[in-house]
Amino acid sequence: MNFKHKYFFLFPGLFVLIGILIFPIIFVVRLSLSGWNSYNPGLDFIGLDNYIRLFTDDPRFWESFFRLSFLSVTTVVLQYVIGFALAHMVWKDIKFKRFFRVLFLVPMMTTPVIMTVIWRTFFHESLGPVNDILSNFGFSPKWLTDPALAKLTVIIVEVWQWTPFMFLLLLAGLLSLPKEPFLAAAIDGASPVRKFIYVTFPLMAPISIGAIIIRLIEASKIMDTVYVLTSGGPGTSTETSSFYIFIKGLREFQMGYAASMSFTYLIIMIISLTIIAKVLTKLLLKE
Amino acid sequence: MSKLYTFLKYFFIVFWAVFVVAPFLWALTTSFKDFQSVNGGVTYIPWVDFEPNLEGWKVLIKSPARGGVDIVEPYFNSLFVTCTASFISIVLGTLSAYALSRYTFKAGLVKNNDITFFFISQRIMPPIVLSIPFFLFLSSINLLDSLVGLILVYIVLLMPIAVWIMVDFFNKVPREIDETALIDGCNPYQAFLKVVLPNSISGLIVAGMFCIIFGWIDFFFAFILTFTEVQLLPVKIVALNSSVTPWWSLSASALVSVAPLIIVAFIVERYLSKGNLSGAIK
Repeated sequence: MNFKHKYFFLFPGLFVLIGILIFPIIFVVRLSLSGWNSYNPGLDFIGLDNYIRLFTDDPRFWESFFRLSFLSVTTVVLQYVIGFALAHMVWKDIKFKRFFRVLFLVPMMTTPVIMTVIWRTFFHESLGPVNDILSNFGFSPKWLTDPALAKLTVIIVEVWQWTPFMFLLLLAGLLSLPKEPFLAAAIDGASPVRKFIYVTFPLMAPISIGAIIIRLIEASKIMDTVYVLTSGGPGTSTETSSFYIFIKGLREFQMGYAASMSFTYLIIMIISLTIIAKVLTKLLLKE
Repeated sequence: MSKLYTFLKYFFIVFWAVFVVAPFLWALTTSFKDFQSVNGGVTYIPWVDFEPNLEGWKVLIKSPARGGVDIVEPYFNSLFVTCTASFISIVLGTLSAYALSRYTFKAGLVKNNDITFFFISQRIMPPIVLSIPFFLFLSSINLLDSLVGLILVYIVLLMPIAVWIMVDFFNKVPREIDETALIDGCNPYQAFLKVVLPNSISGLIVAGMFCIIFGWIDFFFAFILTFTEVQLLPVKIVALNSSVTPWWSLSASALVSVAPLIIVAFIVERYLSKGNLSGAIK
């Protein structure tokens, strides 16, 4: 094929993306070396002071980072298990198959913040239906103001919102599997459980890895839900990295410091996602 | 054994279906309530527990001066930004994806896969990392609080999705069809437009659906980069969530805003059943 034409296909997209991104990326790095805050808005140069402060004097950032890791890993594992279970159940013929498939996809199509506003009224401590039902049994949990329960509420909302995404990817994967291995298993008289462990699951491993990584990437950006549901509270018990950077940068206007946190956070994310991808590939593709 | 399994299966499916539907039902009943029936204890069933009224729905179309919420303009802003950004992303993303799928690129250590990864890796970028420089960048070129500025940002959000889906898709479209077109005397652009694109409609639809979903549900950038001139739907609705929340109009506007994309769920399911989606996303 002709040599020159390929650039005409590739470059418009590539250059638009780079064109929009190049300034912000360079600017974040430069900003992170400055002391820009509300008293002193300007690009002065203070060397690595922001990074030194971040690594030696800011436990809140690291706490928020571990909280984020906990929340995203927990939600993604739950989404994977539930999503796989649901996909497996509506894969073969059941009653109202198409109805359930559409229904299970719906949460993904709804705007997370808007649904979170609804969830907030849903979990309201005195006026919400959850506590109304539980109060019949003598419980009235503080869904949004108890530190441990607030985390659980965030997890419930995230699982509701994004399990459909996992479900969609895994169901699409299941539907594209070849038929022969299942025939062979049926001829050998394998039980459903063994069929799942030795046939379905290994065949689904590559798709599973892809789905888990995509969801981890998206889950690490949890922000909307936390902002509307708890605003990081009570205290800092549901504060994630993004939310902390948001508070420092756009509430307290410590732009320079927020930029250094953003950059550090980005580097950590890229490294840890690469490692996770490698480890998962090793674990699931062993055979 | 298998009876128990079937029972458990249906039990779980029904349980999950109830969980999925619950917030929608709650929003639906709440939207017909008034102050009394929201604050006087929890009520569920209209006419039995409380007397329904349409106040929550009526304020949606009233002007703000008369105590309305006025989500009409944000609604069209959201539609406009989402559709424009999705369209541009699909056009540019499809061209790039076609190049990455059909030709080989090599510049030093950078190869096709690395370029693809560069596109996709933009999704890793947390919105917060970009929001501060975008805020200053857009304000320096006077595009803060404008539709054009938002569209620029959304292109960055959506193009990776388009590239990611279309590269996989084009890899499945047999090369022979473009080669035949070239032998028949088309130039590469004609081959792409007249032969490859018509064979890629289902991939384009799936990519378009995903772009529209991820554009429509974004809140964060709209929240930070717009104030009063331009308001998008999610920002407008979250702004209702103040100290004295009018739950009824909040519920009504939430339902109105999530409605259009539920149609998308049907389209996605249709392509899923036909098996077209399986190749497109992986």
